[in-house]
Amino acid sequence: MSALTDLTIAEARAGLSARRFSARELAAAHVEAMERAKDLNAYITPTPDKALEMAARSDARLAAGQAGALEGIPLAIKDLFCTEGTRTTAASRILDGFVPPYESTVTSRLWDAGAVMLGKTNLDEFAMGSSNMTSAFGGVKNPWRRRGDARDLVPGGSSGGSAAAVAARIAMGATATDTGGSIRQPAAFCGVVGIKPTYGRCSRWGIVAFASSLDQAGPIARDVRDTAIMLGAMAGHDAKDSTSVPRAVPDYEAALGRGVKGLRFGIPREYRLDGMPAEIARLWEQGIAWLREAGAEPVEISLPHTRYALPAYYIVAPAEASSNLARYDGVRFGTRVAGNSIEELYENTRGAGFGAEVRRRILIGTYVLSAGYYDAYYLKAQKVRALIARDFDEAYAKCDVVLTPTAPSAAFAMGEKMDDPVAMYLNDVFTVTVNLAGLPGISLPAGLSSDGLPLGLQLIGRAFDEETLFAASHVLERAAGFSARPGA
Amino acid sequence: MIIEGKTGPWEIVIGLEVHAQVVSNAKLFSGASTAFGAEPNAQVSFVDAAFPGMLPVINRACVEQAVKTGLGLSATINEVSVFDRKNYFYPDLPAGYQISQYKQPIVGEGHLDIDLASGETKRVGIERLHLEQDAGKSIHDQHPQKTYIDLNRAGVALMEIVSKPEMRSPEEAGAYMRKMRALVRYLGTCDGNMEEGSLRCDANVSVRRPGEGLGTRCELKNINSIRFVMQAIEYEARRQVEVLEDGGTIRQETRLFDSAKGVTRPMRSKEHAHDYRYFPDPDLLPLVLDRKWIEEVRASLPELPDAKKARFVSDYKLTPYDAGVLVAEKENAEFFEVVARGRKDPKLAANWVIVELFGALNRLGRDIASSPVSARQLAGLLDLIENDTISGRIAKDVFGFMVETGRDAAAIVEERGLRQVTDTGAIEAAIDEVIADSAAKVAEYRGGKQALFGWFVGQVMKSTGGKANPAAVNELLRKKLAG
Amino acid sequence: MSLDKATVARVATLARIKVPDADLERMAGELQGIMSWIEQLSEVDTKDVAPMSSVVGHVLSQRADVVADGGRADAVTSCAPERVQLGDGAFFVVPKVIE
Repeated sequence: MSALTDLTIAEARAGLSARRFSARELAAAHVEAMERAKDLNAYITPTPDKALEMAARSDARLAAGQAGALEGIPLAIKDLFCTEGTRTTAASRILDGFVPPYESTVTSRLWDAGAVMLGKTNLDEFAMGSSNMTSAFGGVKNPWRRRGDARDLVPGGSSGGSAAAVAARIAMGATATDTGGSIRQPAAFCGVVGIKPTYGRCSRWGIVAFASSLDQAGPIARDVRDTAIMLGAMAGHDAKDSTSVPRAVPDYEAALGRGVKGLRFGIPREYRLDGMPAEIARLWEQGIAWLREAGAEPVEISLPHTRYALPAYYIVAPAEASSNLARYDGVRFGTRVAGNSIEELYENTRGAGFGAEVRRRILIGTYVLSAGYYDAYYLKAQKVRALIARDFDEAYAKCDVVLTPTAPSAAFAMGEKMDDPVAMYLNDVFTVTVNLAGLPGISLPAGLSSDGLPLGLQLIGRAFDEETLFAASHVLERAAGFSARPGA
Repeated sequence: MIIEGKTGPWEIVIGLEVHAQVVSNAKLFSGASTAFGAEPNAQVSFVDAAFPGMLPVINRACVEQAVKTGLGLSATINEVSVFDRKNYFYPDLPAGYQISQYKQPIVGEGHLDIDLASGETKRVGIERLHLEQDAGKSIHDQHPQKTYIDLNRAGVALMEIVSKPEMRSPEEAGAYMRKMRALVRYLGTCDGNMEEGSLRCDANVSVRRPGEGLGTRCELKNINSIRFVMQAIEYEARRQVEVLEDGGTIRQETRLFDSAKGVTRPMRSKEHAHDYRYFPDPDLLPLVLDRKWIEEVRASLPELPDAKKARFVSDYKLTPYDAGVLVAEKENAEFFEVVARGRKDPKLAANWVIVELFGALNRLGRDIASSPVSARQLAGLLDLIENDTISGRIAKDVFGFMVETGRDAAAIVEERGLRQVTDTGAIEAAIDEVIADSAAKVAEYRGGKQALFGWFVGQVMKSTGGKANPAAVNELLRKKLAG
Repeated sequence: MSLDKATVARVATLARIKVPDADLERMAGELQGIMSWIEQLSEVDTKDVAPMSSVVGHVLSQRADVVADGGRADAVTSCAPERVQLGDGAFFVVPKVIE
């Protein structure tokens, strides 16, 4: 029944509860759809048998009246989350053969809530990228195409596989991670909703680490309600993660209906980039109008250090990554390329196992931390980061939420922007400030470009105020009425 | 200590870096056990093995042990400290970095008062103490072309204690290690076993002309006993003097001590190996200690060696030397106090513990924990001396039997009929007999040969089977010989 | 500060990543391009600004001193490309390291 794969999580929840269909039927429909859409390469490891097995258990719980919050809901898991017994690659050759003997905290919480695993989705290698092109398993095709243009487009990254799967209806929802925009940017490119919660909201235990002070797990789904439902199950304190914050998880779904009357929303002047495509500027204006019509109040704000966010990010993230990825050495897990000495073993294994972008970032990270450069780069970047966080603090004295575009363009074609690493980095210009400040940010599809590609709007909130993000994005979602679907 | 070189005198400058394994049940950042002697890799969590997605969580007991040690060193406890990553590649370091503390350690400056052979005390400054992870073990001798890695030790908490470069002789270095070892054992924060590696010492050694600035230093590693600390430093200082006197310069390097040959030689390592790229560990937050809690820990500290020694001198009237011997090990000091408690003559107790008991333990190769004679039993023996039941001379025999049989003194005295003879009538009778049988000697004595007195005492003791009360014999014999 | 071939080679060794000599020039160019772009950070006045080391506004939690992990030598070594079992334990195996 293809209609089953069109349902939202909320609709499926109702349908399962009313016994209109079973969890097994729901899973089977998705497994079939995944097979038909193999060409997108959204999945690295489909797990159809496991999905059906888990769905059967969900049906038993549903029958016994013991349904969890996500009972029977088929989800895709970004292949950065360690899943016990199912190979986990981080889209890298260096983890060849690695089958984790443990389950990440976030995915454990989803299975405890009754969710069903469809498979592990494709991503940029070690989450480093904005196009999914750095994956050792090949790029992911965006299910959207430009009107009258047959070229394959990127889904964005690093969570390209997760966003594409949700957009293509071969997953009802997906987990993802965001370090510089890796949930929000692909969500925008694929016309779906994605939220990066406040740093510390979700546990990082069992997620392959990229940049520890920036990484955060979050959901991608087809509408705001679904992401609220998923985040509710994913979030929560974990004693095994020292950076996880001990703070109760509110009922996010309940926040959706709050409305935005009296809410002040900030429009940061520094986000009006020179050369910003006109249609993105127009969409932003449209977003302002929608919120105003709903009773919210726009406020011009200044986030003066915005332009330094990307360079600061490209010091901090590679530095932390260079250290986090030192453990991939061919000794205790993953692949090994032999060497006559331990040094050769390390150099050969890592030289062959890591792709070009990962190698570049490790070298940059090693360089900026090396003797004599720490103060000029890493320390400097952490100070600039403090200034960026302060910019937001000061802005939040005048407003409650910030509205910006999510990305400076719609999805681009595969192969574009590959010549110059910096050109690729600029994709994250609107999203990276949010990770540096540790704040929550959500992207939702708000309109189409002139050639029919989705464009996203981003809302940024105060720390631990995801509820306001859900309330405001729900208003925008209703106003935008985005109902376009990818043709691919 | 001054080394007299060919061209003049040289002073030695020594700083010691001690790594002390923290006594705790679990590791510093993981819940795996720290117990000794397990099967390889049987005490390793995925966190210790640095698997993907693993994260550190700090063990509160290790924090407390570090604070206790800092307080024992009279050091500043830093209420805020930061953990940093020290990045380098080595197979016994699974993550490719060690979690340590760089610019903001948990403990700041303090001092350790060391006891020198001359009886003097010298105060050696402590620079800092910080917490860090221990590495695993590389085993090179199981296979000709391969190294085997055991991560059981990886992640165990270490306290790195850095002294100021204020020691000036191998003797001082030895005294420092002895005192440091006693301190951590008293505190219960480290078991101080250098041979097993729970207490390790690296020595930084340089030489200079008296009055000049610091010379280039070398770091000495692979030292696993106090004797070797002194030996290694002595060798290295002399080596450096020789190099300098021959017109050479000292290369700053790490040198390994070869205990078989008694020499130091340079370690093989590439120069770039030491760019550690320290940065604050983003998986951890700053460690913040509550001042009230620090004071609670301070209040819970046991009596430390210096305070105990001072108390032994003032309360028990012991000599500083004897007090020093007794407090060197906490268990010894505790043993002594059980024996000395309530006694009129605590010095008697000190003597018996230091000379007789320690002597016996040394002969048997035992420690105080496995002593064949308990403190209570020794106290019992001393009671018998003090109430004149037996003489000191007989007590030594009784002690010998106690060591052999483990039985109480009183029982042995009764069974073997060793009670002291104090009945003056019996003693007089014995004296009369001796005098009667040695008329010639009596005449000599009375004629002025006072030295013979000892012979007479010996004869009386022999005839009483050694059991006559010596004091009574002396008094009565003197009277009777005087005529 | 310029990223020349020699610097790239040194950094690659520090990072234990083999960069073939033929690639050093190109890599140096790429890295230099990234670093030049990053240079604009030096424009920012950060005097008297404390570096942000954590966005989390609270302090390190400490756990109880309880043995709750480990005890599974097989599990912890079973993912290794090379290992050697010994009784109830096992070793990771690497080429001989000279100390």
